[in-house]
Order: sequence, then C-alpha cells, then structure tokens
Amino acid sequence: MQPNDMEDEEDASAPDSSGEFRVPAVFQKEDPLPQAAEVVIVGAGVMGLSIAYHLAKRGMTDVVVVDRGYLAEGASGRNGGGIRQQWSTEINIRLMQDSVALCRRFAVELGVNVWFRQGGYLFLARSAQEVARLEKNIALQNRCGVGTKMLEPSAAKEIVPELNLEGIVGAAYNSTDGILFPWPFLWGYARQAIAMGVKVFTHTQVNDIDAHRPGFTVHTSRGSIRAKRVVNAAGSWSPQIARLLSVEVPTWPIRHEICSSEPLKPFLRPMVSELASGLYCSQSMRGEIVGGVTIPGHGSTYSMGSTMSFLATYARRLVRLMPVLGDIKILRQWAGPYDQSPDGNPIVGEAPELPDFFLACGFVGHGFMMAPIVGKLYGDWLAGGPADKHEIFERYTLARFRGGAATDSHPKEDFNIG
Amino acid sequence: MASKIVCCRCEDVTLADLEHSVARGYRDIEEVKRYTGFGTGPCQGKECLAVVAAALAKINGLDPSTIGPFTSRPPLAPTPIKILARDPAAHRFADDSGDDQGDG
Repeated sequence: MQPNDMEDEEDASAPDSSGEFRVPAVFQKEDPLPQAAEVVIVGAGVMGLSIAYHLAKRGMTDVVVVDRGYLAEGASGRNGGGIRQQWSTEINIRLMQDSVALCRRFAVELGVNVWFRQGGYLFLARSAQEVARLEKNIALQNRCGVGTKMLEPSAAKEIVPELNLEGIVGAAYNSTDGILFPWPFLWGYARQAIAMGVKVFTHTQVNDIDAHRPGFTVHTSRGSIRAKRVVNAAGSWSPQIARLLSVEVPTWPIRHEICSSEPLKPFLRPMVSELASGLYCSQSMRGEIVGGVTIPGHGSTYSMGSTMSFLATYARRLVRLMPVLGDIKILRQWAGPYDQSPDGNPIVGEAPELPDFFLACGFVGHGFMMAPIVGKLYGDWLAGGPADKHEIFERYTLARFRGGAATDSHPKEDFNIG
Repeated sequence: MASKIVCCRCEDVTLADLEHSVARGYRDIEEVKRYTGFGTGPCQGKECLAVVAAALAKINGLDPSTIGPFTSRPPLAPTPIKILARDPAAHRFADDSGDDQGDG
C-alpha cells in the first residue's frame, strides 16, 4: 500500500545528516495565499490537479489550486479506478483512447506508481436488447480503432472461469481497458505540478467569489486571491461554486456506494460488469475485489453514508454472477458522489455569461478516467490559444442546456455504468 | 529504528512510514491513512488506530486529544459475501426471480 514513489530511494524517506526530515512542503499549509494568480482552480481532485499539471507543463505556472478538504477526500479518492474505452458516443470513445495512452505513460512521466493494469473490461448482457445495445456500441468503437469484441457466453467464461453463465446471453470485451489505483494519481499530479511552480492549498474553503469583468477575487478561509481566470473543478460541489458567481450549473450529486473485500491471490483479470444491475467488480493490485452496484432511487444527496441495502444488493448480484466469491469477506464499504448532468455528458468550457470562468464538471462518475485527457486539453487551450481549443469546449458547454434537451449534435451518453 | 517499529500489523506500516507521510505533507489522520494504507487491512483500524494517532500527535507536535479517529467503515467485522447476500435489504431487480437466488 505504501506508494512506490520511484525516486524515494534517495529522497525524503530518511532523515538527513542533521536528523531532520527534508520537508518538501507539499501543501504549504502554513503559507499565506499569494495575492494574485493567473489561474485559480477550485477543487484539488483529479480534474483540478490534472488541469494544473498540464497548464504548468505548457509553461503557465502561475496557478493556485484550492480545496476545502484533503487530497482524495472527494470522489477522486472514492472511485473504483476503472479506465475504459467502451462508450456509446464517438467523442467519449476518442477521449478515452487518449486517456488510456496518457495512463500508460503516467508512472514514468510523473514518477509515481499508479498500479495501472490493462486487464480489460467485460460487459455481460442478460437480454437480447442488451446484446443489441452492446453490438451498436462495438460497431462505433471498432470504427474508432478500439478493438472491442462481442463474445459468446462460453468465450467470456474462458476469460473469467468463475462466471456463472446462467442467464448470460452475450458479452462485450476490450482487452486494453483497465484499472488503476486512484490515490497515487492525485499525489503524482500534485507533486509534479508543485515542482513546476503551481501552489496547492488543501484545507482551504472557498467562501465567495467576486467577478470584476475582467478578473475575479476568490475569498477563502485562508484569505483572498485575485485571479484572471477561475476554473470550477469542484466535482459534485460545482453547482455551489458556480452559484457564488450567479452561474447555474444544472448538475446534482448522486451517492454511489462501493466496497472492498479481503485481499486474494490474483485471479480476476478484467473488470467485470453486468448491464442489468450496473454490478461491477475488479481485482485491485492489492488483491481486493473492489466493486459496486447501481441501486435505483438513490436520490440527490451529498450524504456519503453507507447502507446495508447496498451491501446486500451487491452481495446478492455478485454471488449470482460468481458463486465462488460467496466465501470471501467484505472488509469495508464507503460512498462517493457522482456529479450527475442532465444528458450524461460533462460540462466544460467557458460559462456563456461569464468570460474567464471555466467549468470542468458533470462527469457522472467518470471524471477520474476522463481527467488525464481533459486536463491535457484544458492545458493546451488555456496555456495555448484559440487554435488549441478542442471540440469538447464547444460541444459540451453549459450553453447546450439553455436550448432544451440533448440534440443530435450532442448525442446523449447512455453508457454511464459502474 | 523507526523502520523497525510496526504500527499497523495488517498493512506493515512502520513508524518510519508515518514520519515519511508527514514529511510529504500528508499529516492528518485521513491523509496518513490514504498515504500509508494503515488501518485498511482486516482489523480496519481496531488494533492500530490509537497507536497511529499517538504517533502522529508526537510527530506533528500536537496534543493527542486533538486527534480524532478516521471515519470508520462498515461492516463491523469482515463478513462473507454469501451471508450479506441473504439479507432482506437487497434490492430486487427486474431479472431477479424468486427468493432463492443469491444464497451462494
């Protein structure tokens, strides 16, 4: 569990000759906020930190990230670490192809082991309708260059011999999807962004934001800071941050629960998910079976409490799908908030009524896997220029909700599973 | 010496690991839990939490009474999935037929 920071061998893991630990001052907790910054990012989750890292990498280092809690306190520290390219819209498929490529380089580029493992994703169908849905998605994924295949149940069992095939009528499998351990991702982004000059302040609550048009003043529990640009990467709390600037972000928090078993010898290669219940589970590099299930009717809430209903539902579906797992023990369960958007797609780009206020929210439980590429695209755009603006910043803007429901120009993503 | 003092036996977290975490800037008990993994094994903190809290108080120069426990996670004790699967609190999906399923 101790993260294998690659440079730790010659680093701060031991006191120096004076007997003092070299303190790299990761979060400058005692330091005052600077008076001004080019960009203030609200939210030190994976999205905010990825944006900060990529801005700095493009040369824009006058960046301050503030977060009311600690790293990995919110959804970025509470998700299952799944990284997949099996989506139903071309834009998400292509984004995730790029994100997977970035994940493959992450450990080397950022000097921290994130335990990324491409064991594939196996989606299981229990009805002809689900098979048709998978086949439609696979055709699109194949056109984009993702090698997802439709499998007969017997072929799925070759990949996961523990499956109970009763009721399974088909499966979709892509071998290059995978999982990672979310926490070191945050530590890696934070440490490298800080090394390039970014300042990260955790335990720093944003109380108010004034818009000066141009520019902003962000008032925090640690003092006020002027900013030319503000990025709202507060996850499920994005609507509250936006409201400080009278911008309505139409997302809402949905509690999703998850749990982890005792560690087992490695046996389960892919992430396994069944469409009917939203059940998913994978084996982490620690050996635990980590998984969840979608319980209908869990309404909008910021509560991160755990329920017996979740644990029982997950157990019931998991035992049905993989009976052999009935004897393993659950060690812990927890919950995290999805930032649910009306059409299942993220909300990014500039707020239409407020120039220089940027949004990175509404990722519906998939912000973690999207963050590597979305952070890079934001870095390219904000540290570059209009020519570097990716189409997501035109397509997935807040403005699309002002005209009503999702249209053909931005098809609804219907594969927000697991 | 600190590398020989084991604070969390489930996850092999030593006093040196705790000092390293604090040196990295991860000082609060929740941050230290995540950075070192202490308290995430079979005992879920029942054995190690007080030891780690006392060590963190010393490392951070704080009064031990100011350090609270990390958020405890259910279940109270490691529980087999097949036992949980029998609990009536389980949601029944459209394709769940009868009450005989999920009994492992």
